[in-house]
Amino acid sequence: MIEVEDVYFTYPNGVEALKGVSLKIYDGEFVAIMGQNGAGKTTLVKHFNGLLKPTRGRVLVDGVDTRHTTVASLARKVGFVFQNPDHQLFSETVEEEISFALRNFGFDENVIRERVEWALNLLDLAQYRKASPFMLSGGERKRVALASVLAWDPDILVLDEPTIGQDSYQKEKLRQFILQLNQQGKTVIMVTHDIEFVAECEPKVILMANGRIVAEGDAKDVLTDPEAISAASLIFPEIAQVFLRLNDLGFPRKVISVYEAKRLILERLRPVMRL
Amino acid sequence: MSMFDGLKYRSVSSPIHSIDPRAKFIYVCILFVIAILFSQLIPLLIILVLQVPLVILAKVKREWIRLLRGSAFFALLIFVMNVISLYFYGGGQSLEAIIERALAMSVRFMVLVESFSIFFLTTSPDMLSLSMEQMGIPYEFCFAFTTAIRFVPVLAEEAQTIIDAQRSRGLDLEGGNFMRRVKNYIPILIPLIVNAIRRSLELAEAMESRAWGASKKRTNLYVLKMGKKDYIFILISIVMLISSIYVWLTVKIPSITQILQSLM
Repeated sequence: MIEVEDVYFTYPNGVEALKGVSLKIYDGEFVAIMGQNGAGKTTLVKHFNGLLKPTRGRVLVDGVDTRHTTVASLARKVGFVFQNPDHQLFSETVEEEISFALRNFGFDENVIRERVEWALNLLDLAQYRKASPFMLSGGERKRVALASVLAWDPDILVLDEPTIGQDSYQKEKLRQFILQLNQQGKTVIMVTHDIEFVAECEPKVILMANGRIVAEGDAKDVLTDPEAISAASLIFPEIAQVFLRLNDLGFPRKVISVYEAKRLILERLRPVMRL
Repeated sequence: MSMFDGLKYRSVSSPIHSIDPRAKFIYVCILFVIAILFSQLIPLLIILVLQVPLVILAKVKREWIRLLRGSAFFALLIFVMNVISLYFYGGGQSLEAIIERALAMSVRFMVLVESFSIFFLTTSPDMLSLSMEQMGIPYEFCFAFTTAIRFVPVLAEEAQTIIDAQRSRGLDLEGGNFMRRVKNYIPILIPLIVNAIRRSLELAEAMESRAWGASKKRTNLYVLKMGKKDYIFILISIVMLISSIYVWLTVKIPSITQILQSLM
């Protein structure tokens, strides 16, 4: 569990990125943090594994204050996948890349071999085990980065912009993958701009603007709330836009899922069209 | 804010900022010559102190002090090296003479850093490139030079992101012996270099697609023109140079230890 208690954070250059953020993320939750550029999303999640320490207030990870522990020991619990895989890939082979963190955490060589094997298969990378990470495509590099974090099996997974640069097929695979991890009991926190992706995943949504949380709740409620959406400078997901306009025909307003939309529309059409 | 901010352009308006970059460049060169000319402590100290009013006029005191503080370590290194080498190979000088001589070398280094810092703190990279161009240096070189300077903060930011990413994977940058520490930087340096190369290729493509180098004769929006103030500045610099050479040729400069001894 992650508890953020009235956290303020000011960068050394004087920019105040967080202005009193409080929130709780329980074990096994799936949370999306959204907001425009500079809202403080990435700054906030960098507090979860201690990369940044609050200027005021405190962050507790499983009851441990991040100010009194190291990034290395927090990282064991909180896996952080950065936005750009090119910021972390450096090894000669994919295998070595994945084992890097395991070596840092002092795993046994036998365990490392097992874990690498497991991660390679999990992300469909087994055929590239001996390839150089630099020779892979953008999507594959992103998967290597993800595998290199999942390999040590952290309880909490933080994904910074996981959908950037992914085609729709990869995105769908990523969505299923994230949901599967979440069902296995992992806490998944993702920072994203991709509102359609969030609408499809239906996690808990936290909207941020100017270093503060402006709305928090189920995706269905937050992403169809005009006030919250405009406060975070977002636009509605497409399905929500359609249903906001269909509201006067007696359709419900809070719809963001394609499947639910289809069900509702068919329900209405059936008697008319005699389907 | 790091010590390197003392070498980065600070955009404030001051009389020093508005001096033509070429005039400032001549001033820096002359100071270099003077600093190399003298190896005694007293004249070097005088040059060091003489530049302080310039710094205050340029309103860059804070950055400048930070740079001097940052370079103190290197000055100390130079001092220690000189003491050691003069002690063993200096032909049996007295300890006071050795220390004064080593101190002079440290001060000379500080003078060089100081004048460099005044130049870079008060000259914007654009103006620098412009003045290089007008001195007849090919535009390709000027462009490469300014681009290199402009990308330093970008690279610094990228390095920070990479450090964060690798620390998140359990990389411990502190602790361990010297070799271990050096080895720890490999996971940071490789992505940094790979990204820098990738970025430079992208930059080249972007420039090509915007027809870089299409026109043989480039014109500039701004044209540097030396004014009265600039000529006065150069004149003062030249007078400084000539009088230093005169002093160097005619006056036998005493060391501080000699002065102290004659007083006692």
